[in-house]
Amino acid sequence: MRKLLKTLEERFFFVLMAGSTAFLALLLLMIITIIVYKGLPSLTWEMVSQTPKGGYYFGREGGLLNAIIGSLYLASGAVALSLSISLPLALAMNVYFRNRKKLVNGIRFILDLLWGIPSIVYGAFGFTIMIYLGIRASLLAGIITVSIFILPIMVRAMDEVMKNVPLSLLESAFSLGSTRREVAFKVVTRQCFPGIITAVLLAFGRGIGDVAAVLFTTGYTDNIPTSLMDQTATLPLAVFFQLGSPIPEVQNRAYAAALILTVIILAISVATRLLSRKFHKTSIK
Amino acid sequence: MENPIISIRNLNLYFEKQHVLKNINIEIPHNKVTVILGPSGCGKTTLLKTLNRLVDLHDHVKISGKIMLDDKDILVPNIDVTGIRKKMGLLSQKPSPLPMTIFNNVAYGLRINGLRGKRKLMPLVEKHLREANLWDEVKDRLRDPASRLSIGQQQRLCLARGLAVNPEIILADEPTSALDPISSTVIEQQFAELKKHYTIVMVTHVLRQARRIADHIVFMYLGEVIEQGPAREFFNNPKEQKTRDYLKGAFN
Amino acid sequence: MYNFVRKTKDTISEAWVKFVLMLIFLLPLVILASLLNKSWMVIQTSGIGDLLFSSVWRPMAGQFGFKPFIISSVYVTVLGLIITAPVCLLSAIYLTYYGSKRMTAFMQPIIDILAGIPSVIYGVWGVLIIVPFTGRFLAPLFGYESTGFSILSGGLVLAVMLIPFILNILIEIFRTVPHEQMEASLSLGASKWESIKHVAVRRSLPGIVSAFALGLSRAFGETIAVLMVVGNVVGIPRSPFDTGYPLPALIANNYGEMLSIPMFDSALMFAALVLLMVVVCFNLMSRYVIIFMEKRQ
Ligand SMILES: Nc1ncnc2c1ncn2[C@@H]1O[C@H](COP(=O)(O)OP(=O)(O)O)[C@@H](O)[C@H]1O
Ligand SMILES: [Mg+2]
Repeated sequence: MRKLLKTLEERFFFVLMAGSTAFLALLLLMIITIIVYKGLPSLTWEMVSQTPKGGYYFGREGGLLNAIIGSLYLASGAVALSLSISLPLALAMNVYFRNRKKLVNGIRFILDLLWGIPSIVYGAFGFTIMIYLGIRASLLAGIITVSIFILPIMVRAMDEVMKNVPLSLLESAFSLGSTRREVAFKVVTRQCFPGIITAVLLAFGRGIGDVAAVLFTTGYTDNIPTSLMDQTATLPLAVFFQLGSPIPEVQNRAYAAALILTVIILAISVATRLLSRKFHKTSIK
Repeated sequence: MENPIISIRNLNLYFEKQHVLKNINIEIPHNKVTVILGPSGCGKTTLLKTLNRLVDLHDHVKISGKIMLDDKDILVPNIDVTGIRKKMGLLSQKPSPLPMTIFNNVAYGLRINGLRGKRKLMPLVEKHLREANLWDEVKDRLRDPASRLSIGQQQRLCLARGLAVNPEIILADEPTSALDPISSTVIEQQFAELKKHYTIVMVTHVLRQARRIADHIVFMYLGEVIEQGPAREFFNNPKEQKTRDYLKGAFN
Repeated sequence: MYNFVRKTKDTISEAWVKFVLMLIFLLPLVILASLLNKSWMVIQTSGIGDLLFSSVWRPMAGQFGFKPFIISSVYVTVLGLIITAPVCLLSAIYLTYYGSKRMTAFMQPIIDILAGIPSVIYGVWGVLIIVPFTGRFLAPLFGYESTGFSILSGGLVLAVMLIPFILNILIEIFRTVPHEQMEASLSLGASKWESIKHVAVRRSLPGIVSAFALGLSRAFGETIAVLMVVGNVVGIPRSPFDTGYPLPALIANNYGEMLSIPMFDSALMFAALVLLMVVVCFNLMSRYVIIFMEKRQ
């Protein structure tokens, strides 16, 4: 009798567990399906090759080119800016100060902390910096804000790979007479190159998809930005602003923007996966 | 052999494509210490884990052959695996106390089998801790986490924990290899005591240990059984060339 | 000459690395200081107590009671966690202990993609699926009247967004349970499920608790997806089918008017400060829980 109960309990939970795991797969399918279903009909050539006509909120004509280009500018700029800080930082943790356990753990703690801060807080912070520096909402302000927001994401991802660089590799490089810079920026950077690219892609994905950090800082415009001081549209903002419009054509632009954004994210995910597969084949272990 | 408690017939085991156990035939005598001897990597641990079907946990294992325990084949698919495991206590290479108190470690198996209430559990816990020669050292701190014990004490706790489910057989996989010499001796002495009531199957690659405690020896090499028989005969009068080489230390 | 160039490069990069190191230690402080500085004005005039516990929200009159927003935030967050916790725990156990290698290899990219989907996409999905589902199906089922834009919708969308986040941490935690302990439990005659319950879950408890704590803090700051489905009406929600207005949504929705009403920007920065403090506290707490409970084990 007890035995039967035990077996029943295990069966019951097994079904629940398998069910909830299957549910995850279903969930993803459901989300992608609805985004494609809504977005695909509006995804015409006009949509990706023109800027909105007659205002993004009221104009029935035109497309999303401003948001597509704006997003690419913003995310690339932020990633580039963030890279100049995150790469040296990751190298500092794993080459320069590898033997200073306390320091490195302190940095890891701060990164965890920064990583947990919601993007809306970064948005608010970016806004205060903007005011302090006396610049208006612009591509530049957006790039600065997003680059701070993706900094912990990038460093953590790089740290994850660099941690695994065997000490023996560093030692042999040092014993050939290399300086710390050469070991860090040549040996380790080369050894971890695919990992760094993965970190960049990850951060790019985060940066391109976020609304809350850029809401206060980039502004929004129908035009393609021509300088860092111009305001700019982005894809997630295009979704966010246009979805609320009463005009169906404008709403369709929001759905199309959602689809484009999803496709970009999926492409990044596939690229990351291919890269890490290749990485496992070629790295020195 | 008369009435072996376990007899293994034509056992073959593969991890993916790797042939780890090759046509094994072994008989294990009742209430004796059987030592499985062999250089590391020859499949001793795998053999032991096949006996209580812990190998089931691995992906991609393929097993064929028979393991007869009380005239029943324990490798048939729909047998009561937990019942078999209960008949065999396992002592692993590194002691692995469960993440709970000393008391609960011993009581764990009893509770799993439906025994409840501290009043019923306490005498049994004491009895088995005494059997493992640990009671005097821990009786005042049964509520401490087991992880606070020394490694040697942990191993004896694992022994007590195993004894608590009333096994017929104790499987021990190099149980003293992680222990200091004194704790090792205690375990060995305990085995000599326990074989009055239990069948003990112990894996080791230490020849001296085998000489000290074995009644029966199974010598394995690269997944095959080379020679088996009573310990005295094995050490004094080995039949196979490989055994002689091994005894001379040629493999080490 | 070559040596000179090499030396200069070394000096410059050494300096840059040190600068970057300093930057990372300063960044949290700068963020904290700037938010504190901005919200100082409203703290001075209204007082922390009034800001946190008053429910009078009249920005034009200079009255900023954040209680409705804080309650909405807590409501949505806790609801989201309650919905997501069992799903995460069950899936994590399944993927670690029951699923085959192929199964895990199939699910990992799915989890990763779910983790990468931007919150605005979850928001669109929420508006299209979850809001009608709550409004037309769940609300009548429980005898409520609702447009669907509600606390519950926010909770459901949050729950889904939290899954990949919490699940990944949980899987990581279960993988650190030593194989030998599971084997020990099994060889005492425990079934697989019993071993999981009494050994794996028990051992991982501190980790599980802190994974949920981290999930909670992540949920608390989630902005856009929740904003899109939660209704954004000021007021203290009385049921899950009521509309809500969480703190992040408040900040996001008012960025335009921020500078036209006196002290409004200061009040919104105060809201951001509250978010920051909550996240920092939960982070520290989850760390503390792990350390504390590991000592006891
Ligand atoms: N889970 C496993 N998967 C694949 N191969 C394994 C596994 N466990 C053991 N092996 C292989 O089986 C062989 C025997 O291992 P083992 O039984 O541990 O030897 P011993 O205990 O005698 O040292 C080794 O070659 C080992 O690599
Ligand atoms: Mg072994």
